[in-house]
Amino acid sequence: MAAEPKTKYDRQLRIWGEQGQTALEKASICLLNCGPTGSETLKNLVLGGVGSITVIDGSRVEVGDLGNNFMVDESSIGQSKAKCVCAFLQELNDAVKAKFIEENPEALIETNPAFFTQFTLVVATQLVEDSMIKLDRICREAGVMLIFARSYGLTGLVRISVKEHTVIESKPDHFLDDLRLNNPWTELKRFADTIDLNVTEPVAHKHTPYVIILVKMAEEWTKAHGGSLPSSRDEKKEFKELIKARMIAIDEDNYKEAIEASFKVFAPLGISSDLQKIINDNCSEVGSNSSDFWVMVAALKDFILNEGCGEAPLEGSIPDMTSSTELYVNLQKIYQAKAEADFLIVERRVREILKKIGRDPHSISKTMIKSFCKNSRKLKVCRYRLIEDEFNNPSIPDLQKYITNEEYSVAMGFYVLLRAVDRFAANYNSFPGQFDGEMDDDISRLKTTAVSLLNDLGCNGSTLTEDLISEMCRFGASELHAVAAFIGGIASQEVIKLITQQFVPMSGTLIFNGIDHKSQVLAL
Amino acid sequence: MTDATTAPSRSRDLDKLLLRPGNLVGPIFDPGTQLREDLKEYVRILVVGAGGLGCELLKDLALSGFTNLEVIDMDRIEVSNLNRQFLFRLEDVGKPKAEVAAKRVMQRVSGVNIVPHFCRIEDKEIEFYNDFSIIVLGLDSIEARSYINSVACSFLEYDSDDNPRDITMKPMVDGGTEGFKGHARVILPGRTPCFECTIWLFPPQVKFPLCTLAETPRNAAHCIEYAHLIKWNEVHGGKAFDPDEPEHMKWVYNEAVKRAELFGIQGVTYSLTQGVVKNIIPAIASTNAVISAACALETLKIASGCSKTLSNYLTYNGVEGLHIKVTEFVRDKDCLVCGPGVLIELDTSVTLQKFIDLLEEHPRLLLSKASVTHRGKNLYMQAPPVLEEMTRSNLSLPLFELMGKATKDIVHVTGIENKDDKKTSCLRKLRVVFKGIDGIMDMDMAGGA
Ligand SMILES: [Zn+2]
Repeated sequence: MAAEPKTKYDRQLRIWGEQGQTALEKASICLLNCGPTGSETLKNLVLGGVGSITVIDGSRVEVGDLGNNFMVDESSIGQSKAKCVCAFLQELNDAVKAKFIEENPEALIETNPAFFTQFTLVVATQLVEDSMIKLDRICREAGVMLIFARSYGLTGLVRISVKEHTVIESKPDHFLDDLRLNNPWTELKRFADTIDLNVTEPVAHKHTPYVIILVKMAEEWTKAHGGSLPSSRDEKKEFKELIKARMIAIDEDNYKEAIEASFKVFAPLGISSDLQKIINDNCSEVGSNSSDFWVMVAALKDFILNEGCGEAPLEGSIPDMTSSTELYVNLQKIYQAKAEADFLIVERRVREILKKIGRDPHSISKTMIKSFCKNSRKLKVCRYRLIEDEFNNPSIPDLQKYITNEEYSVAMGFYVLLRAVDRFAANYNSFPGQFDGEMDDDISRLKTTAVSLLNDLGCNGSTLTEDLISEMCRFGASELHAVAAFIGGIASQEVIKLITQQFVPMSGTLIFNGIDHKSQVLAL
Repeated sequence: MTDATTAPSRSRDLDKLLLRPGNLVGPIFDPGTQLREDLKEYVRILVVGAGGLGCELLKDLALSGFTNLEVIDMDRIEVSNLNRQFLFRLEDVGKPKAEVAAKRVMQRVSGVNIVPHFCRIEDKEIEFYNDFSIIVLGLDSIEARSYINSVACSFLEYDSDDNPRDITMKPMVDGGTEGFKGHARVILPGRTPCFECTIWLFPPQVKFPLCTLAETPRNAAHCIEYAHLIKWNEVHGGKAFDPDEPEHMKWVYNEAVKRAELFGIQGVTYSLTQGVVKNIIPAIASTNAVISAACALETLKIASGCSKTLSNYLTYNGVEGLHIKVTEFVRDKDCLVCGPGVLIELDTSVTLQKFIDLLEEHPRLLLSKASVTHRGKNLYMQAPPVLEEMTRSNLSLPLFELMGKATKDIVHVTGIENKDDKKTSCLRKLRVVFKGIDGIMDMDMAGGA
């Protein structure tokens, strides 16, 4: 008996749609180390229906693993951890192809770098600095997405490493509608002209959509004010008063909506600085190696500079508003028609560019271009430094900023200490506080290590508190289940965003602060 | 490696936190093996909800040193749960969530005992909830949260200076998710805001006005709600609509399609119909995992003091980048639920029936169908019928007599609150004071009037 995938995945299809689901089902994920952090990351991905997983771990299950990893039980003791974890994960979803390899990830990174090229994405958990750097180079070169996750006592980190990740469907929660109230195109103006705001019939009066009210009021205002829109505070207030004065009854929701939405009339013309940055990016000078995304950006840029007169293609949808059905549906059609017209221009430009760079002009689908146009105001480009660059040349001003900012200082402290414990381990063959009985020595050794690390980074070490250093030793490289589930949950969330190419992945390194939960994303 | 603390142990990792002294810890923290054993032996945790959060919570708590867990949930497993409720398999569909979840976790984590309760949260006596050290909430409904909150807060007692008595405090840890967003919070009644203190964080859902549905539909959801709320009753007059009945859902869908065609509206799909009618909240495994883990960690910290606790509200948003924020909300000093209780002044002659009638008109309570308990004793119960019959004769007796002639004391009432055209089951703590018993009291009243 198999469940209908549509029903099984219903709750997530409502978030990332069929397209996102297909992307997940095509993805092959590799996990390095299947302690609780790695196991929990994969659990969330297997439930969501990723195509295949490959679990890599060379260790055998010990008694201690039973206390922090749900994927192993008493019967697993002495067996390959990768095998046991893989078997449990397979039980969660038979649509996923689950494989395991009993091998030490560090050894695999050293001996067989080509191994990693077969995957869509690698989830590397509990790796120390040295292996992280090596794996990062391998994946970057092979164009394989990489995400690091680590749990360490009550702290931990998640860090994405991808050269470039571009997003069309960023799906932000709050984004200003694309209504062009302050810059209506001919058809919208003409439609507004057919409607009389002074209609005396009360039912008609209270069913005039606010878009029309605002377009007409804005036009009236500009006529009376030498072509400019309300800009000062007083003018904006006056504008709202003028709208209010047009009401003929107190229960006119459309007028209330118009007053509330009047800020949309005052919104600046043209594109946002974020979008400006994208069209100015070097990558928008396209060549035969350019990705589809950048080819479309190049077309978008041409559109904005030419037909768009400084504006991006119209999104084409309107929010719900009080209105008669007829007016609303007609208004919707006007927005859709303009969006379609803009799309056709961009599509033509895309095809021209493709031809120019020697590609098949139809190699980018209509659906893709349409989606690109609809989302063009919300495009996102995320780039991540190589781990090695970050480790060796972190941005000193940012580093100093984080250290001195109270909101960030604990997270920054943990960032430094998470690196210091790896240096410590490289020197002393164990993590600070890993074994009982050496706590006092380890605390002072960790302090020395952390201070010298900070000095190497060009920072003053005096801001690391004794309390935090002792806590780090107390953690003793433990992997607590709840922390691992938290870190793994975040890692899987980011993996989903990377694979579906929807929503926006996090930008820097998440440092988990399990003491008071003031976790932070540090961009270094 | 012969040292007892380094010998192979299940709590290898947890021991680092529970056995070692720390600098950034809670005031009650007393590290050592005794603490570890106490968590196992004496701490009892109730998980409310065995859904997306509940499954994760049970696993997380079972692997965080707790061995006495109970879980309550009234739902049965559905296919659409399987993308995140990882304790359930296809063959479990139709079985009670609480029972399957408890069984699965016990199978995998030896030494853990989980008692399932397959029932509504209101079906349990209030005292049931008093048995737990901490209540952890993994719910998706505001009403259910509000109910458990009122129950937990009702155990809180205040001393004569109106300071909460810590020993009566029932901590709650509450989680919630929607898509890529979620929250986790710690509620220490009397010390940090309770659910009701910050109820404004959960604004009621906006419903479409009926006239929009009937006269001016503009989008697919309007057409669906028209079919669901208006047309269904017109055609099926009297027969209740059952959202879990596929035939009913298909009928609504077909009607919505017809209406959309009539008005030239696009976008009615079967999936949207289900979403609108059942008010489906999108849910994924990863967000549930993050929020539950934060809740489980806080539960461990409250129980052991092994680190500072979250103070007091965490929000997680993974839509655009990653944003984790902690906000320290403050208590509502006049909170009806976690405060010392609404003061009710009565004459000694007031009967229990009169008292119950009074609650319905009291502007701060508006409580109908009240059941009344005093110090664990049922004075009057609306249900079940047996209890109603047993307590009915009390209605004609003076409350003063029923309360053992105490001049002032706490009374708990459960009933239906009618606020803003909404009816919700709730529990309220009342401070009943009888007038004219001693002179000092009378003078106080006179001064306050
Ligand atoms: Zn309160």
